[in-house]
Amino acid sequence: METPTVHHGAMFDTNELVLNMGPQHPSTHGVLRVVLRLDGEKVVDADVVIGYLHRGIEKLSENRNWTQIILLTDRMDYVAAATSNVGYCETVEKLMSLEVPRRARYVRTILCELQRIASHCLWVGTHAMDIGAMTVFLYAFRERELILDLFEEFCGARLTYNSMRIGGLPLDIPPGWDKKVLEFCKIMDSKIDEYETLLTHNRIWLERTRGIGVISGPEAAGLGLCGPVLRGSGVPRDVRKDEPYAAYDEMTFDVPLGTSGDTYDRYLVRMEEFRQSLRIIRQAAEGIPDGPIVGKVPRLIKPPAGETYHAIESPKGELGFFIVSDGKSTNPYRFRVRSPSFCNLQGLRRLVRGHLVADVVALIGSIDIVLGEVDR
Amino acid sequence: MPDDPKAPEAHAPKAAVPAGPPDPAPPADLAPPAFLASLSEAIADGIAQTSYFVGDWTVVVPVARLLDVARHLCDAPDAAFDLCSDVTASDWPTRPQRFDVIYCLYSTRHRHRLRVKIRAAEHEGVPSVSGIWPGANWLEREVYDMFGVNVTGHPDRRRLLMPDDWQGHPQRKDYPLEGPGELLMENPIDWLKLRQARDEADIE
Repeated sequence: METPTVHHGAMFDTNELVLNMGPQHPSTHGVLRVVLRLDGEKVVDADVVIGYLHRGIEKLSENRNWTQIILLTDRMDYVAAATSNVGYCETVEKLMSLEVPRRARYVRTILCELQRIASHCLWVGTHAMDIGAMTVFLYAFRERELILDLFEEFCGARLTYNSMRIGGLPLDIPPGWDKKVLEFCKIMDSKIDEYETLLTHNRIWLERTRGIGVISGPEAAGLGLCGPVLRGSGVPRDVRKDEPYAAYDEMTFDVPLGTSGDTYDRYLVRMEEFRQSLRIIRQAAEGIPDGPIVGKVPRLIKPPAGETYHAIESPKGELGFFIVSDGKSTNPYRFRVRSPSFCNLQGLRRLVRGHLVADVVALIGSIDIVLGEVDR
Repeated sequence: MPDDPKAPEAHAPKAAVPAGPPDPAPPADLAPPAFLASLSEAIADGIAQTSYFVGDWTVVVPVARLLDVARHLCDAPDAAFDLCSDVTASDWPTRPQRFDVIYCLYSTRHRHRLRVKIRAAEHEGVPSVSGIWPGANWLEREVYDMFGVNVTGHPDRRRLLMPDDWQGHPQRKDYPLEGPGELLMENPIDWLKLRQARDEADIE
């Protein structure tokens, strides 16, 4: 009997398909829209559309005085608000050549690292949930809650902290707070191992993340990627080491680097950053020096005319502030935020090419964006 | 769309607007970094001005030489600025060359920073550096969107944060803080005329 020949091409339409993903898609972590051009299930090209959460924070800041801006910076990266506070205050201090007391710098270091852990907790939870592992989400949010409690005790807020002042801290740490931070470090140590037990050698996790979104070091640097995404590609770039701020020059820690630059390496880098953050917090909390918490700050903050750029390492990467002061008014003449999520998101188009639609979700999770910071 | 007649009315800035940042010259006892010397050696008219303020080095570059300077800074082994961490602008409306476009560069090899600055007039073409640092793509789109700087040679020049049909450029100093809605508050008749004209244009 003669077997009939089947022409698949004749039966199915093989045109390219344009798929609109977002802005209301659960895995886009907010209001990100990605327009995908698909060949079957493969992504040929992607157009990333942003701006749905644009509130004009830069323009607003140019019409607020220097102290009022601190709380606007909370609204950018709202999962690590204290980091933005520190970044902004340090930029103004640089502009005014202010000396910050050592005690304040130590507390800033602790707050920044607690925020890094909180942000990475949120990242590991949502990233794993996007890929299909629900359990990690519940575990990670349990530990994030402990950090929020610490922040509530320090400044009274749980999400938008307004926890910094130009020249130092708004208030001293509550008595016994440093002991609680050390206790938290003890609890957190074993929890990181718990997350790793669930994911690091999990077969499904490996299949979904290994070899997905590979990018080489020089290409990643050229694309302006920063933070764990750049370090996952093996580029030793960490603002904490290269241009130390707060009290990082007095701390001992390692910068974890990836080798292959895929989603799995970016995951490993962030998991190791958990441990390094705990190491920094321990050193800082044990060594908080006595002394004043605010430097010699004039009552009316009015930096001299000039412009400066200052960067810090936020959990997502290099968070930079470019501020121009005209020296006469009580508000900045130009206020610009170089947000790490914005620059990392730009790399998404390059990363998703040639992968499956399901991997797009994994890749958005792996570059760890916060739309409040992307759109400002 | 800088010439659009429907763009919101230019509001005179309230306070006296300064004519630009001071860009102080470096102190005499401070030697500029070595890569600046080799830059001015390689490109004779590359640097118009060097300035130093609170630890940051800035070079002002003529617009015509921007691409040469950028290419040199990216490729020269003693400079090796492989990371363009930021591109932004500032607006000084009283100046004939009203825009400063600022490129913040960083080298992951030598771990040094440099700011390159150009001054551009309202419609003057500013060449895109996204061919040298692909990461400048979105940053330049944002500069175009927010300031209306005429970025030329850009692979994908569209608005980034504002909607595609937005009128005006919000980060300019003469753009009102509350947006174009101020026309409605101050002069409702003009606003009504403008809206009617727009609606009629839509129908046609």
